[in-house]
Parts: sequence; C-alpha cells; structure tokens
Amino acid sequence: MANETFVTIASVSDIITAREHGRNIGKALGFSSTDLTIIATIISEVARNILLYAKTGEMILGPTKNGTREGIIIIAKDKGPGIPDITLAMHDGYSTGKGLGLGLPGVRRLTDEFEIISEVGKGTTVTVRKWVMQNE
Amino acid sequence: MEVPILKQGDYLIATIQAALTDADLLKLHYALVEKVGKQRSKGVIIDVTALDVLDSFATRTLRSLAHMVRLRGATTVICGIQPEVAFTMVQLGLTLEGISTALDLEEGLALLMLSKRREV
Repeated sequence: MANETFVTIASVSDIITAREHGRNIGKALGFSSTDLTIIATIISEVARNILLYAKTGEMILGPTKNGTREGIIIIAKDKGPGIPDITLAMHDGYSTGKGLGLGLPGVRRLTDEFEIISEVGKGTTVTVRKWVMQNE
Repeated sequence: MEVPILKQGDYLIATIQAALTDADLLKLHYALVEKVGKQRSKGVIIDVTALDVLDSFATRTLRSLAHMVRLRGATTVICGIQPEVAFTMVQLGLTLEGISTALDLEEGLALLMLSKRREV
C-alpha cells in the first residue's frame, strides 16, 4: 500500500487529525462530498472506539485498489481488551461502553467492506474499505 | 477553539465555526446551560453549518444540551445541518428526536419567534 498515513490515536484531538487525513486522501481519490463526510465519520467512530476501549491505538489510512476500482482503506488497530463476542458487538443496539450502542453496526452500514479481528486480551483491528463510485 | 455565544434579544446564538474537539463541545454545552439563566434567554440556536461531521459523540452532546436547556426553561433549535451530514447521520442511526431543527439561522430565529408568539 503506497502513500499510507499513520496516525497515533491517544487523545480526542487525534480524532480530528485522523479525520482530516482521511478527508484529504479521499478528496485526492475523487470521492463525492457525501462520501467524504461518510469517510470522516467512519474515522471518527472507529477512532473513538479505540479511545473508549483501548485508550490508545493506531490508524492507518491510504488509497487502495481492486482491479479498476479505487478506494480508501482505513485500519484501526489497538492492543486493548478485545471483544469477547464479535457477533454480539455487531448487533444493532449492543454496547458495553459509553457509546450510543450503534458504533460498529452503524459504521458497517457506512462502508463497502468491513472486517473485524479481535482477540480477548490482545486487541482489536478494524479494517474498512470504501470504493469511489464509478460513473458509467 | 471556543465557540462564541451571541445574545440577540431573548435568544442566544452559538455558531460553531470549525471542527470542535470533544472538550470544546462540552465547554459550549456548559456555557449555554449557564447563560440561559444569566441572560434569561427563551431560546438557543446552535448553528452547525460549518461542521462536516456529526458523529455519535457530537450528536449525543447536542441532544443532552437541548434537553438541559429545556429543563432551564428555554428552547433549542439546531440549524444548518448539511445534506451530506444528514445523510450520514441517518445511515449511522443517529437521531435528534424531540429537538427542533431548521435549515439555517434565519429559519431558526423564525421558528423560535413563532413558538414564543404561541405561548403569549
């Protein structure tokens, strides 16, 4: 993956930094303004999850490709407590923390591809891809 | 960045000018709830036109702000939610139920004046 950007997530101001990076990468890829807002919101929510559950973590943002499709990849990694039951966590309305209980399922709805790997005691990695809408 | 709060007659107007950190948003929250009493305001307008993201935290903070302002005897109108932001909020499942919204500042003021007239 070329031109990737790393953002350490350790405080609430890092959320805004990550959001701006995501917006810039998305703009360069030619995403619509609605998609740019969606990308910024996805970043906001996954970064918030890191702060809420793991306190610190890292985000990797960058362009990605699949054949002729171009898009953005957003990876959020932490070494936090992990999620014991991912199926449960992906249910609308489920939350253990101070969130709204729609964090991960809500984020999944905003993305094209969503992947979560979590191990209790080791941490969580969320990988999200969103493709640029192609005009025929 | 702190959000300036302007007094316009019976109303308070807070225009958010750039992306806010959570701390700034909470500061605005407390400042408004206090000012409503100090200025004996009847209404509060929060203009979010400049915001490109309203995530779960921001939405929850705006919601609790509006409820607290109501408990202090005033009405809150949130105005200027951008179309992209509205779209994203709905997809994400975020709502501002029970809170008045308006297209822009002008409509927001008109809405407050209308509700005031109805009370008289």
